[in-house]
Amino acid sequence: MAADSEFHVLAVDDSIIDRKLIERLLKTSSFQVTTVDSGSKALEFLGLHEDDGIINTNTPSVSPNNHQWCLQEVEVNLVITDYCMPGMTGYDLLKKIKESSSLKNIPVVIMSSENVPSRISRCLEEGAEEFLLKPVRLSDLNKLRPHMLKTKIKDHQEPEKQDKEEKQQQPQSNNNNRKAMEEGISTEKIRPRLNGITAMV
Amino acid sequence: MEVAQMQRRLVDYTKTLFMEFLGCSVLQLQQLQDESNPDFVVEVVSLFFDDSEKLLNDLSTALDQPNVDFKKVDAHVHQLKGSSSSIGAQRVKDACVTFRNFCEEQNIDATLRCLQQVKHEYYLVKNKLETLLRLEQQIMAAGGSIPMIEMGF
Repeated sequence: MAADSEFHVLAVDDSIIDRKLIERLLKTSSFQVTTVDSGSKALEFLGLHEDDGIINTNTPSVSPNNHQWCLQEVEVNLVITDYCMPGMTGYDLLKKIKESSSLKNIPVVIMSSENVPSRISRCLEEGAEEFLLKPVRLSDLNKLRPHMLKTKIKDHQEPEKQDKEEKQQQPQSNNNNRKAMEEGISTEKIRPRLNGITAMV
Repeated sequence: MEVAQMQRRLVDYTKTLFMEFLGCSVLQLQQLQDESNPDFVVEVVSLFFDDSEKLLNDLSTALDQPNVDFKKVDAHVHQLKGSSSSIGAQRVKDACVTFRNFCEEQNIDATLRCLQQVKHEYYLVKNKLETLLRLEQQIMAAGGSIPMIEMGF
């Protein structure tokens, strides 16, 4: 039984060195870690099958070469993935997670060794919480906990609340959020303007 | 040689390494090593050696083909660039950047020269890292601990 304070991070990277490093960094930050070497393995672990997109709730998926696999009770609080991977890129993985009704609330963080602004905005637009430049430092991982805490708090409130409503409220609480900066106009600024127009009519 | 002396030598050596060859990554790696993970640095560095040597072999083979597949060459260099960057081998990484530029141009002579350059930088940093590991092992064998190195950044 995992303690409430322990968050479980799924790290995805095709480089064995980077997997080792990120694992150590995450463990040093007191997170539980599972590492996989591809996007498809990540989806398997999360309980999503690529072909049919149906979550395998009953059968635990057992991989021939690996240890702890996909029992639905394994909760993942955050996915951190490399961008450049053969086959399924980190961006593809991000999309699949955000398109899945069961997984879309899991925060996703992208890592890349290349600082490409268009790549960064694309990922943030698709719903990534953070975009970290490699080599990732211990201090970068301090940014992860707030995202995981946010999800836990949301889970304890009414889970049936409309997702859209929740998303609009997010920019208010994240002052340093790169995402908010990238989006430019926050919904806060839009509302007063609309009120102004309707009043004139 | 007593432990304190060895520790002193290690600190000095690491600082030089930092300034000439590696980024602060080498210090980060050491910080991630502790009593529960005493071999972390050795493990990561060994992985880097194995991975890099395999990539260098693959690169030699790829560039030796009658019709060079530059996409494949670039993929290998990209990988090497990534791992050397992660471990802080700055000069290897820089050599890879140049290498990739010539891959894009599909320039066979230039890429062969780049390969030589990357190999040269790799063996240099390998030598330095092996010395670092040896110094650490000597200290641990004598019952001492690896000193934390403050660089003030």
